[in-house]
Amino acid sequence: MTTVIAVPQSVDDATFEQILAQLAPLPPDARVLLDARHARWASPYGLTTLLTLAQTRETRPALAVPDNEDTARYWARTAFFEHADGLFELHGQVPRARAAGESQVLLEITPVAKSADVHDVVDRIQQRAASILQGQLKLDVKATMGFAMTLSEACQNVVEHAGRGGWVGVQAYNWQKRLGRHVVQIAVSDAGIGFRQSLEGAQGRRRTDRWDDGMALEDAVLRNVSRFRDPGRGQGLAGIRKYVGRWEGKLSIRSGTARLAQVPAWDDDVPLTEKLAPFPGAQMQITIPERVAPR
Amino acid sequence: MINHIDVSMVLRGTVCDLYSNLVTRSTGAAVRGEIEAQLAELRGRSVNVIDFSHVTLLDFSCADEIVAKLLLRFGVGAGEDATRTAETPCAVADDWNGTPAPAGPREAYFVFRGVSDVHRDAIETVLERHRLALVAEGEDGVPELVGAVEEPEQRVWQALVRVPRADAEEVARLAGLGAEEAEEVLDRLCRRRLVIRVASDVGDADRFLAVGAR
Repeated sequence: MTTVIAVPQSVDDATFEQILAQLAPLPPDARVLLDARHARWASPYGLTTLLTLAQTRETRPALAVPDNEDTARYWARTAFFEHADGLFELHGQVPRARAAGESQVLLEITPVAKSADVHDVVDRIQQRAASILQGQLKLDVKATMGFAMTLSEACQNVVEHAGRGGWVGVQAYNWQKRLGRHVVQIAVSDAGIGFRQSLEGAQGRRRTDRWDDGMALEDAVLRNVSRFRDPGRGQGLAGIRKYVGRWEGKLSIRSGTARLAQVPAWDDDVPLTEKLAPFPGAQMQITIPERVAPR
Repeated sequence: MINHIDVSMVLRGTVCDLYSNLVTRSTGAAVRGEIEAQLAELRGRSVNVIDFSHVTLLDFSCADEIVAKLLLRFGVGAGEDATRTAETPCAVADDWNGTPAPAGPREAYFVFRGVSDVHRDAIETVLERHRLALVAEGEDGVPELVGAVEEPEQRVWQALVRVPRADAEEVARLAGLGAEEAEEVLDRLCRRRLVIRVASDVGDADRFLAVGAR
């Protein structure tokens, strides 16, 4: 018997929890069909995490593709279907990806498993992203380089810690209604061991009776604890936080049943959410807004 | 002797000839390994110019491997307030994984050239983590101390940039420090490989050179 999982109309970090809540009661080998026919929009987080979700299933899941042509074409433009084809049984019309003239897709969904993949991702961002980052977001050269460093460090977390490959995507948007300016979003998602298991044996972690996903995220993100003894470790996440803070961006990392966020003034999210539906690995989202001159 | 190492060339020769960015820890470790292999050919005292002029991007992981670990593995001392615990070994050549100390010059000094604003963030971050300091030359070629540096250390080093080969007494006067404090600071800067002590042959006072000063 196949369980149908309804995919929300808008697939992002907040609404993805609806998908996970439907999956939570099912065993990992249950047959599922993700019904995305009515989806009209997906963020890089939504798309990378959909691929990650497929990797967590013991039985190959099915995906009903969006029936709206523009939506399906956009998902194709991000290279989502190129990777979904190997992970899902696809149902519906999958459009061919066409190179668009001007695109807000700074980086198509790309697999990340080894150091060479990170080099490739950084090279491609540097080649393509400068005009959007400097033009639309008004970031200077140093900030643009910092963006590439942030992307590099976010991808390296998969290579160094996940224990299996993950996915990365970068997209620019005009958040006219929500924020009144342009933003760029990085999403990195994997179905690896997650923060709690990674830090289980770490020397710097807090030794208390309670040890859970929330504490593991706090130790790693806020206290720079790493599973490696090397005192130089843990600087990647610290560097990401510093960059995001400096440019008034937002960082969120979900792992297991918890989600930790560095929340800027323009957002009303909460710093820590626990008791979420369990989901393996780690899912990171970084949002950098357009610079505005101080009043 | 002065030895020049172009990091971009090392990257292309060691890891991949298409790479121009120093990203990922494994890339950093490979580049550092090659730099150490080049330094292993040297003996005695050497000043080694590590040139970042042609490096486009440097991330934190690579900065930790190529800058911080390189300094630590060649015996560069950390600042006075460095935390020393069982988990944070002293600046000794063997690292926390037990990798043997690199072969090479008895006394290695380092100048990091071509350090742009883009590189500085990563370099300063890793230096602070390990409580290290180094001599950096920016795009304007002017040397400066970067990292965990106390104010008296900065003053003494700058005094030696203005007046090379000064003795301790002259340094104390130029830096506005007492004689004893100047001696302590000079000792510390020598341990940190930011100043070179030139011992006198004829019983005169030792003289000092700021690493990186022309």
